[in-house]
Amino acid sequence: MSKKLKLLIPFFLFLIAVGFLFKGLFLNPREVPSPLVGKQAPKFQAPVLAINGAGETGKTFTSDEMKGQVWLLNVWASWCVACREEHPLLMEMAKTGKITTYGLDYKDTDAEAQQMLVAMGNPYNKVITDIDGKIGIDYGVYGVPETYLIDKQGLIRYKHTGPLTPEVLLTKIVPLLNELQQ
Amino acid sequence: MKKRVITLMLACLFFISASITFAGVARPLAEDPVLEARLKAMSHELRCLVCQNQTLADSDAPLAEDLRKEIRSQMREGKSDQEVIDYLVARYGDFVRYRPPVNNSTALLWFGPFLLLLIGGFVLYRTLKKQASGEKFEAED
Repeated sequence: MSKKLKLLIPFFLFLIAVGFLFKGLFLNPREVPSPLVGKQAPKFQAPVLAINGAGETGKTFTSDEMKGQVWLLNVWASWCVACREEHPLLMEMAKTGKITTYGLDYKDTDAEAQQMLVAMGNPYNKVITDIDGKIGIDYGVYGVPETYLIDKQGLIRYKHTGPLTPEVLLTKIVPLLNELQQ
Repeated sequence: MKKRVITLMLACLFFISASITFAGVARPLAEDPVLEARLKAMSHELRCLVCQNQTLADSDAPLAEDLRKEIRSQMREGKSDQEVIDYLVARYGDFVRYRPPVNNSTALLWFGPFLLLLIGGFVLYRTLKKQASGEKFEAED
């Protein structure tokens, strides 16, 4: 190797380091890959939140009810600001009628949750309450909102942490949903 | 008169210092100090996922509180430390542990430094050898 080229070695090493650091700028450190993707969704049983005084008061939801369906489990709470941010998108999704979305009301009070859904609309087929956050722990929830896509066999196929965006919906969730529904 | 004032002041001082010491004492220990010690040791090894640079022991986030509660109740049920850690890893992934386990995706993390040490040692060896054979003057011009 000629001497001039040898002198350039540190420069090339520097370029490689810059490349890695540049890539790092676009990574989200808050996004922790869930070990649950590809595994059976944890089973749970919990009270259903009554909305608009509908006949759901005192009813219990069991996750086994969802066998044979592809559905989204959206973890939210009325105290969570980012959930309000994604709410309009959930409403849009609900309007298309193509996605079954169940809400898991995480560490919230029934009254406040009901209030928010009355004020902003209810995008959920049903809302299940998780007052002490135990179901949340089973699903590895660490920052609401979180959204899980669960297939007909009850396997978690995709998890999104943070508010849903149209981009995530169109590039990740909808294609997977179409594939799973076949 | 003077004596009474001094007594009063002393009494005040006594009460103030008493209240200070009481404030310093931690909340009454849970029924099982052994279990609390285990929880404390373990929660220093676990990451709070809300504030990622804090351990479960340091964090005041509601999730950290919930997880400590969950760990406590599992320990009470008689689960071993390893079983509790496995329970958390199954839900939150290896990221929940402050000490990353050795596996394929962390191999570079664990062995990278030794690799660099080897490369550095090799370069040092070559340079020294070169210098010993009198080539250093040649390299400088």
